[in-house]
Amino acid sequence: MILSDIWNSCIKNVPSIFRAVTTTLTPLALVAELTHRCPLHCAYCSNPLELAKREQELPTQTWVRVFAEAAKNGVLQVDFTGGEPLARTDIVELVHAARQAGLYVSLITSGLPLDEGKLAALIGAGLDHFQLSLQGATEQTAREISNTTSHPQKLRVLQWLKKHRVGVTLNFVIHRQNIQELDDMLAIVEEHQPGCVEFASVQYYGWGLANRDALLPTRAQLDSCVQTLKEAEERLKGKTRVVFVVPDYYAKYPKPCVGGWGRKLMLVTPDGHVLPCHAANVIPGLHFDSVKEKSLQDIWENSESFRKFRGEDWMQAPCKSCDRRHLDFGGCRCQALLLAGDAAATDPVCSLAPTRPKVDAILMAVNSSHRPDQSEPLQFFYRPNP
Amino acid sequence: MKPEMTATPRLAAGVRLNEKSQQPRMLLMPERALRLNGPSLEIVQLCDGKHTVQQIAEKLHAVYAKAEPQRITDDLVGYLELLHKERAVDF
Repeated sequence: MILSDIWNSCIKNVPSIFRAVTTTLTPLALVAELTHRCPLHCAYCSNPLELAKREQELPTQTWVRVFAEAAKNGVLQVDFTGGEPLARTDIVELVHAARQAGLYVSLITSGLPLDEGKLAALIGAGLDHFQLSLQGATEQTAREISNTTSHPQKLRVLQWLKKHRVGVTLNFVIHRQNIQELDDMLAIVEEHQPGCVEFASVQYYGWGLANRDALLPTRAQLDSCVQTLKEAEERLKGKTRVVFVVPDYYAKYPKPCVGGWGRKLMLVTPDGHVLPCHAANVIPGLHFDSVKEKSLQDIWENSESFRKFRGEDWMQAPCKSCDRRHLDFGGCRCQALLLAGDAAATDPVCSLAPTRPKVDAILMAVNSSHRPDQSEPLQFFYRPNP
Repeated sequence: MKPEMTATPRLAAGVRLNEKSQQPRMLLMPERALRLNGPSLEIVQLCDGKHTVQQIAEKLHAVYAKAEPQRITDDLVGYLELLHKERAVDF
């Protein structure tokens, strides 16, 4: 092939080269749930209802081995999350080890147990990307959802981040109780201009499911939110990338959950179990292998839990013959279990799912009983700190 | 937004290449990764805040001497525009 052909084939069709590698079946991202300990008590926490205790957490050296195995196995990125990953006293050492292993390191944090010195140490150790969660645009809303005073500290962290050259994402978790503050949230975004802002609708698993009745937005709220974010996207183009994660109960088709079961992502829990997604332990009968006993590669390739819903053999109608099965992989297995009672069923949020009427009934209930001018007494189930 | 020919693009905060020893070469960024090959790798390596778009174009003209220079320049500008929109480069 002559060089001009190489040039043409590479750059002619620009969008085709701007894409993540998806063709090979290697994990691309490792989610490292370092701990379930957390200073916040958010009513939508994605952690399981049964939290791992401190004494069950993996020691530093095991994590260091896991990062090396992950990089060797083709993993590109590691997300440090929890709980609050900064609750680990060895967090700087873990960032350093993951970066040394060749991974792109993201910290997904509340920003709470942090000071300027610690932030500088994390970045010095090789942290690539700092994702700060915000629970609202004001202290009052943030406190209602997290049952903690945290908002002023988050604004301090945003100031400190300006002194560093590190990737910054702001993550607002949105739901019926704070979606009306969207304009004020966008004001925070415009003031600090992070590379990316995510408006992530609460997903209904774990604590989120337990509090769903108080969190699910109305259709009118959602429509207004979509319009506001569309305008914001245009306004912020070239400065901040705006990402909106829709509440999938309102979607026509399901989300391609974790990019497809066992296709792109591995999650290691604080005590070392390896899961295809953070909620997978709600599915009864699945056995999860541990990094204490097996290598990451062995688990990725051979463990029963990763093979269970990989590919298409497990699919039922209508997924089995649906043209969209390569796009959404049948949706979320955990949601299928939680709403349809069968982890192999089509995700019930899909408009083609036989169980979609269950989701419609939930939406009808929230849309008929909540009007924007109503205030409602909040009765959240807050997650504890293990 | 298209870059000026005098602009000096550089990788945005939180965006970097993986190590030389890692194959394939990838541009790593928050939550995403972009596979680089041939010209896209050469372009990204020159997004160092020192080279102007004009200088990057000239380097590519020399490497891809059999392709029409204006075409290369147009493609380069289009690629940088896309990287900018995705918040992978600043200029």
